[in-house]
Amino acid sequence: MIKQLVAGLTGVARAIRVMLGAPDYERYLAHVTSAHGGCVAMSRDEFVKERLESRYSKPGTRCC
Amino acid sequence: MRRIIQPVVLILLALLGAASFARLALSRGEPVNAAWMLTAAICTYVIAYRLYSKIIATRIFELDDVRPTPAVRLNDGRDYTPTNKWIVFGHHFAAIAGPGPLVGPTLAAQFGFLPGALWIIVGVAVGGAVQDFVILCSSLRRDGKTLGQMAKDEIGAVAGYTALVAVLGIMIVLIAVLALVIVNALKSSPWGIVTIGLTIPIALFMGGYMRWIRPHRVLEVSAIGILLLVGALYAGRWVAENPAIAPMFALSGRSIAILIMVYGFFASVLPVWLLLAPRDYLSAFVKIGVVIALALGILIVLPPLQMPALTQFTDGTGPVFAGKVFPFVFITIACGSISGFHALVASGTTPKLLSRETDARMIGYGAMLIESLVAVMALIAACVLTPGIYFAINAPVGALGTTVQTAAEAIRGWGFTVSPAELQLLAHQVGESSLLSRTGGAPSLAVGMAHLFSGVLGGSTAMALWYHFAIMFEALFILTTLDAGTRVGRFMLQDLLSHVWAPIGRVSWYPAVVMSSGIFVAMWGWFLYQGVLDPLGGINSLWPLFGISNQLLAAVALCVGTTVIMRMGKARYAWMTLLPLAWLSIVTLTAGWLKIFSDSPKLGFLSHARMLGDFVAKGALPPGVASVEAARRMMFNDRVDAAVAAFFLVSVIVILVDSIRVWMGIISGRVSPGSTEVPYIPTAAYQVETLVTHSATT
Repeated sequence: MIKQLVAGLTGVARAIRVMLGAPDYERYLAHVTSAHGGCVAMSRDEFVKERLESRYSKPGTRCC
Repeated sequence: MRRIIQPVVLILLALLGAASFARLALSRGEPVNAAWMLTAAICTYVIAYRLYSKIIATRIFELDDVRPTPAVRLNDGRDYTPTNKWIVFGHHFAAIAGPGPLVGPTLAAQFGFLPGALWIIVGVAVGGAVQDFVILCSSLRRDGKTLGQMAKDEIGAVAGYTALVAVLGIMIVLIAVLALVIVNALKSSPWGIVTIGLTIPIALFMGGYMRWIRPHRVLEVSAIGILLLVGALYAGRWVAENPAIAPMFALSGRSIAILIMVYGFFASVLPVWLLLAPRDYLSAFVKIGVVIALALGILIVLPPLQMPALTQFTDGTGPVFAGKVFPFVFITIACGSISGFHALVASGTTPKLLSRETDARMIGYGAMLIESLVAVMALIAACVLTPGIYFAINAPVGALGTTVQTAAEAIRGWGFTVSPAELQLLAHQVGESSLLSRTGGAPSLAVGMAHLFSGVLGGSTAMALWYHFAIMFEALFILTTLDAGTRVGRFMLQDLLSHVWAPIGRVSWYPAVVMSSGIFVAMWGWFLYQGVLDPLGGINSLWPLFGISNQLLAAVALCVGTTVIMRMGKARYAWMTLLPLAWLSIVTLTAGWLKIFSDSPKLGFLSHARMLGDFVAKGALPPGVASVEAARRMMFNDRVDAAVAAFFLVSVIVILVDSIRVWMGIISGRVSPGSTEVPYIPTAAYQVETLVTHSATT
């Protein structure tokens, strides 16, 4: 019961982070390990930096 | 059973919607309740969503869940990630919702509530939402290509480059006008300036916290940030109520303009994790929170609309901005009804997140309907003020004079009543020394919101807190558009300039970053500063330029959409994008032409410059102008504004002509339609193919 609740809340928190446009490292890591077994994933810091730089460098992420 | 119930419900909604429109349109004299406007809007949205968007989804694009989306095919865990449709909806809405739909309707309220309401509600159903949806689908079928790339690939290189340069021009005007809205809201307001000023160290603290104290705890730090914002609100009040220090923070418009330019420059050169990203998180929470609060406030209070359905200013003599209801209501409303900027979002991050093609309908068409609802609520918030108070806040100094007596006199001259004592009392209630001529829409919206919120919670004693809360929220997310926009503009400028001189294109070379940021800030800063000096308030000339540029971008997007539809061999449905395109072209070209060439000095940039020139030639000073130099400077500004408007007009014409050339070619069979869509591979076949390639490589 409590386990389910925690899992639910974690899911909600993650959904909110994605809506905010915050980098989602867990998902990236899961993707890299499952789809590209041989590749080395970026560290969390590298990933967050790369994502944020990319988000604020081109039009199309926000509007007036 | 469903087949019977659905049409019956839709017919009932249509009748209810029609009755609500009738109630709005036929009101004469007595105030109409805001509930009618909301009902008219929601009924229209439901019907448009069920019936109109279905044509795009099933007839034009034939959205098909078996066809894998770019997120599925190109999944990289970064840009391309298949995401739940409600999350994408939230993401897309947060990206398209900005200050535009709040400011535009507030300004358009000078014509009365009816013209604005009609254009917001009808325009979104046949224009804005169609544009967003069609561009989203087009990009979805092209691996998430951007609008600029699609303009180049579908129409041609000329249209592509014109679109690119136009986007940069639009960003400059957009940032300048938004900054001007903030200046007008914060000048001589110690409370406002302290509260907004504190949001910058709060963001820096959040950035540092996420970097060093608790890395990457976005939600935790946002919660702390929101608490600190509440603290900033009270800190502002403490300063404003302290006569020893309050005057130090009562800054002039010029000082605030310069501070905003400095801020914009630093936002563009500092690392994003430090300032931009934390501000963005904070602003997103505050934005969604306030939109929900505004909706609740309106639903609970269900206020009567004090503004008449139509004012006499539909004839073009209005003090808030010049020009008749046609074409200027369509220019002024901007984002709440159709916004070209959304096409950048719909061809930016969003198409790379969709996990199923059919989700595009709710996200492309649906999110825009909600944005339009926000615009309707902003219009309601402006119209719950009595017309006297609305015009006292929104008319420029040139029309009102500087005292409550002259203002009340001027407003009486327009046929509305408000006493000097009432104006004084309202300013006192919201904790400001004066609310006169706080043009730009933000302060009157804040007064309207404070009026609604204090009606629900706290009564008139809480007015001042609610007012500054609303100002803080507007300034917060305007500044978030401004800082992120400056950074994006800097990148675009670097990209353009690198064709002239390659080293300036290096995005991580500090001298290039500083130089291009400086140039870009100077570009919008120039317009901002002229707007601050302008005795007519600046909003008067800048907001129409912004409206024209935003509709121009929408015209580009609709040209791209139409071309995409024709290339798919669906020319018989091209009317869906041609209809709004034709209307926008008429509106933009007429408005642009009038702004440049109108004989009325109030409306036309060139005739205004001529009028000033005549005064100077006679050795006299135009009314409200302090010196000959000031008059000359204003003449120069008028000519620059005219040139900018002309640039936007020429861009529309170039893109239209280029597109029509392609359409004629396709229809006559001279040009092979040749869709540039990624070829259709159904999911099952796609999976087999990926398995095969995977096993082949391993």
